[in-house]
Amino acid sequence: MTLALYVPRQSAVHRVPAGGKLLALAVLAVVLFAVPTLPVAAAGLLGVLLVGLGAARLPAASLARQARTVRWWLAGLFVFHALFSDLPTAAVTVLRLLALVLAAAVVTATTRVTEMVAVIEWLCAPLRVFGVRPARIGLVIAMALRFIPVLAERADRIREAQAARGGSARGLRGVRTTVTPLLVQLLQMAHTISEALDARGADDEPPARGRRSPVTAA
Amino acid sequence: MRFRRSDPEPEARADPTRGIELRGVSHRYGDRPVLADLDLHLTEPRIGIVGANGSGKSTFARLLNGLVVPTDGHVLVDGLDTRTSVRAVRRRVGFVFQDPDAQIVHPTVAEDAAYGLENQGVPAPERAERVTEVLARYGLDGHADHPAHLLSGGQKQLLAIAGVLVMRPARVVFDEPTTLLDLINARRIARVIDELEQQVVVVTHQLDLLEHFDRVLVIDGGRVVEDAAPRPAIAAYRALMEGR
Repeated sequence: MTLALYVPRQSAVHRVPAGGKLLALAVLAVVLFAVPTLPVAAAGLLGVLLVGLGAARLPAASLARQARTVRWWLAGLFVFHALFSDLPTAAVTVLRLLALVLAAAVVTATTRVTEMVAVIEWLCAPLRVFGVRPARIGLVIAMALRFIPVLAERADRIREAQAARGGSARGLRGVRTTVTPLLVQLLQMAHTISEALDARGADDEPPARGRRSPVTAA
Repeated sequence: MRFRRSDPEPEARADPTRGIELRGVSHRYGDRPVLADLDLHLTEPRIGIVGANGSGKSTFARLLNGLVVPTDGHVLVDGLDTRTSVRAVRRRVGFVFQDPDAQIVHPTVAEDAAYGLENQGVPAPERAERVTEVLARYGLDGHADHPAHLLSGGQKQLLAIAGVLVMRPARVVFDEPTTLLDLINARRIARVIDELEQQVVVVTHQLDLLEHFDRVLVIDGGRVVEDAAPRPAIAAYRALMEGR
């Protein structure tokens, strides 16, 4: 499993601050849903493709991969609306959802996780009055993105180990025999991760600073 | 950001000439004793720790930077007690874990290398400079924006080491750093350890890694049963294992 979200490029889209891209994404969503017409939906999709493939120079395959992951949902929605509404409504629904999915993919492919996390931390800053640590929320999001593929890999290893001994991962028993050892591994791993965070100063208090800046190794 | 406030004083009190001292250290998990009656002074640049599985090696390693605080006795790093000055101790003692997958906490290589520096409050320009330098030193400069989970096992371990060394600790503890690696990568990590300027403590089963070390401790049943130069210590360890 791969979760390669960021595609490094030297483009104007990459240089736009994460907050600006997220705002543009929100505006696009509002416009697409506030003006549910075929020309607007088609223009939205075309615009996203121009920005993603043209301005940001993202590989077409990365956007196609995102589109493939939602193709059955889109197909289902199209059929549903074609049957219970009409064809133009079905087309608008599918086009605007596809435009939004691809727009989100463009934002994540052109924005480093640390930049995204910085925006989330900034948005969560008012929660400090309730004792919430915005930096912790950011760390949790970054760690979730980091560990999803690791967990998938561990689950694959467990399934392979069972298959090598004639076991099967199918059915309810398969779920149980995969989930139980996976949970045990995750708990052990969580303990080591907490130690690693401690060892790298997760509880330190840095000197006063502004918003986190993205890390760019030259 | 609200963090628990660290005491700036311990850094001023630190005396780098004192090394790592264990005074009457014992440790137990619940009712199970893991380490007993350790009195050691670790000042040599290269120190190896060997022992059978379950002998207490990893707990010993974790004592050295305050990840584990002993149930009895004191561990002092440069004169700082891990019980009372744990953050200052952790800044002085880096720790590299056996499994890099459990140590890399950010999605991309450069972001993960920068994590410890963020916690130290290092300004962004210096952070970027130090990350670039450390990634180049370990051959990861071409992978800065790559997802960490797509690195090879050896590269992940190098990233884990880079993420610790970028914080510039005075001492580094390695807990079985080559166990999950093939021969080529194990040699590569051995070279990296060999070239470090810092004091290094390595827990390992790979005995040839310790050939040029200054001192090797053999731990068995929670006690140091041999404390000598590599050759006699490793011979004693082999003899101990052959008797089982």
